[in-house]
Amino acid sequence: MARVGVLALQGDVREHLAMLEGVGADVVAVRSIDELDDVDGLVMPGGESTTIAYLLTTSGLRPVLEKKIEDGLAVFGTCAGLILLAHEILDGRSDQWSFDVLPLSVRRNGYGRQIASFESTVHVKGVGEVPGVFIRAPKIETWSNDLDVLAWHDHGDGEHPVLVRQGNVWGCSFHPELTDDDRVHRLFVDTL
Amino acid sequence: MSSSHDPSTIGSALVKRGLADMLRGGVIMDVVNPEQAKIAEDSGAVAVMALERVPSDIRRDGGVARMSDPEMIQAIQAAVTIPVMAKARIGHFAEAQILEALDVDYIDESEVLTPADEENHIDKWGFTVPFVCGATNLGEALRRIGEGACLIRSKGEAGTGNVVEAVRHLRTINAQIRRLQSADANELFALAKDLSAPLPLVQEVSLTGKLPVPLFCAGGISTPADASLVLQLGAEAIFVGSGIFKSDEPERMAKAIVEATTHYRDAAIVAKVSTGLGNAMKGMEIASLEQRLAERGW
Repeated sequence: MARVGVLALQGDVREHLAMLEGVGADVVAVRSIDELDDVDGLVMPGGESTTIAYLLTTSGLRPVLEKKIEDGLAVFGTCAGLILLAHEILDGRSDQWSFDVLPLSVRRNGYGRQIASFESTVHVKGVGEVPGVFIRAPKIETWSNDLDVLAWHDHGDGEHPVLVRQGNVWGCSFHPELTDDDRVHRLFVDTL
Repeated sequence: MSSSHDPSTIGSALVKRGLADMLRGGVIMDVVNPEQAKIAEDSGAVAVMALERVPSDIRRDGGVARMSDPEMIQAIQAAVTIPVMAKARIGHFAEAQILEALDVDYIDESEVLTPADEENHIDKWGFTVPFVCGATNLGEALRRIGEGACLIRSKGEAGTGNVVEAVRHLRTINAQIRRLQSADANELFALAKDLSAPLPLVQEVSLTGKLPVPLFCAGGISTPADASLVLQLGAEAIFVGSGIFKSDEPERMAKAIVEATTHYRDAAIVAKVSTGLGNAMKGMEIASLEQRLAERGW
């Protein structure tokens, strides 16, 4: 059974843990370096990317996680997690850092402030239609041609990727963990 | 290339409470200007509450406390990347309409401001922007949820630096939830009457053992230890008002409370971040108060 961690510094950790458990993973909430031992995969949840980035630094997790991702640890970032994995962050804080492991630029709150948060069906390659919940969602604005785009969404300004994968690193603009549909989590866990 | 072209839905219950879910495990800080908002963001706040005076100053100054000046709210929105919340007076739906027009991310229908209606709260279902409301017990929480609140905060006693009321309200809500869980279906009608709460919500809580929306804590939290206490009592995130910017060293206090909120079960970390913080805000004995803010709202 795959052992999957959920980065539990801040955000909607509980929903990810439940979803992963539901698809048969052995789960662990990760707040410290020790808890990162022996995980086959790590989910970086939704939350505030500036807060999670701050706590990754104070907890000492940042360099350890950086090394593990480089060594092939599978990671899946949703919303704030996507921002933390991106090559470039637009409209972020001027000093906002990221792991720079997804070849894309992402605009924080690119789909608007909370009043513009929305639900829309998203077609995921190889899976089908899944409910997409976008909350102050980051928008992928530019991306490498090498990136495997698993889902697109057109919010009236052309097609933008909303679920992407590059090798061991996955990112998602929306929140599959807030729905009853576990197929996106299953897709990730099946690769572990 | 496949993609979705469905018309999207805004303002659904799921996206409204979804933002509250994203704030869990975090600290929402009261700020009165863009400089404080930046300090809050630098220190790891998940959101800021933009207001003209922190509760301890409202308490000191007296008079009618109203919604903040839109100019101040907009300056704070421009200064930070995290969500910006703002307060409307209880029942003052026109202030709420203005705050929604300003694109604030959450409206707090708050007892810290002077109520505008002594019978009715705002009908929150009609808004696209989500609302948070305070509660001192389960009945009050469920009435607010019935009116459309997507997030509940235990009220505590704002502006006192004294956590005793926050603890009382959290414990009361949790004890009343446990009572509903142990009740059989026949008892729920009378319990709904006793709580003065909508029956369907009472039935739901009886089944799930938790509120239908996240439960945060506010009112009197002023140290990392206070944060750890209320999180261990079941709060999912905290609002800190006067506790940060009325302390000796706001930035250090803010950072310490943020870390204590994440690592609330790890006493060694809470001890470390509590060390050498200078004085917390002075604080007040509840019995000495002329005005109990928690009694506003019903």
